[in-house]
Amino acid sequence: MSMYIIVVGGGNVGVQLTKRLIARNHEVLMLEKDSRQAQKLGNLLGEKHIMHGDGCDILTQKEAGFKRADIVVSVTGEDEDNLICCQLAKEVWNVSRVVARVNDPAHEAVFREIGIDDTVSATGIIFSLIDQQIASDELIPVGHLHKGHVEIVESVLSERSRLVGRAVRDIALPQGSFIVYLFRDGNGMPVNGDTEFRTDDMVVAMVPSARAEELRTVFTDVNA
Amino acid sequence: MKVVILGCGRSGASLALQLASMDHHVTVIDRNPESLRRLGKTYPCRIVLGNGLDLDTLAKAEVSDSDVFFAMTRGDNTNIMAAQIVKRNFGVERVAVKVADPLRAEAYRKLGLFTINAAALLAGMCRDWFLGTEFKPIDAYNVDVLEVER
Repeated sequence: MSMYIIVVGGGNVGVQLTKRLIARNHEVLMLEKDSRQAQKLGNLLGEKHIMHGDGCDILTQKEAGFKRADIVVSVTGEDEDNLICCQLAKEVWNVSRVVARVNDPAHEAVFREIGIDDTVSATGIIFSLIDQQIASDELIPVGHLHKGHVEIVESVLSERSRLVGRAVRDIALPQGSFIVYLFRDGNGMPVNGDTEFRTDDMVVAMVPSARAEELRTVFTDVNA
Repeated sequence: MKVVILGCGRSGASLALQLASMDHHVTVIDRNPESLRRLGKTYPCRIVLGNGLDLDTLAKAEVSDSDVFFAMTRGDNTNIMAAQIVKRNFGVERVAVKVADPLRAEAYRKLGLFTINAAALLAGMCRDWFLGTEFKPIDAYNVDVLEVER
């Protein structure tokens, strides 16, 4: 289904998003405040997809057709502009779906409180990825293969790990994944079905990315 | 009373000096130290340097303990967002918002913010001065055009 989507803010995020939406055959209009940038984007994305104007200005919004927009996405670098744009879209023009980029993660709660439920925070996402990695040192990604479809992960078994004392063949691994190698007392060794794990073994496994979470559970599960 | 003023431009600074001279406890937030010159050499207010949309800055200004908050920067969106944060997250009930754009001022007035639009005030007061009629309460100067535009 083709929709009318208005994108506010012609920075990197806005441009990439607009390109993709156009490719999906949606009707897309981008609003850019800076006239020179707007002109540049007109050449890049096509004149009919660009309008020069302030996405928070109600007259500009009227001209852009906020009234009939299915979605308004505000992705400028300023949280206050994204908030006011989306809020006006909802309250003045009754746009049913608004999406806001949030730069300061602390503002996500503010947006939600005000009624802008769909927020995207790059800072927040990147932070949680890093945070996750630090928190779950039980399963560390060390690389990937096949364009990221397969992950290589390693894990050091604590004495509480349920893998300790069990043989490889007795461990139910997620489909498509297998334990390939282990380091014990500084020596590397290949793993076969008979290999029994001990505390402090560093285990290397390969897993389809889609099943990495399942493997994480297997590795991080501890004896109660 | 405890007053927090965001924005030390001409209007924010003037308001700060007026209220401080009446012995109100005034805190001014501005991200630019240069702006504070407007308060004179011996400023009678507490200063917090920082971005008024930053929750830590607002906390530092002890906004939750204040009786009233004025959003007086030159950025309409900054003022409107700050006002909503202060109301919702810091529980301040009396919040005044300077909004330069008449339409945005009207839209947010209808959403329950006390917005002050200088253009509408100025035009209305010029009209009354010209007609020789008395100046009126602020509500009389607000112009409603949103419905027409929509």
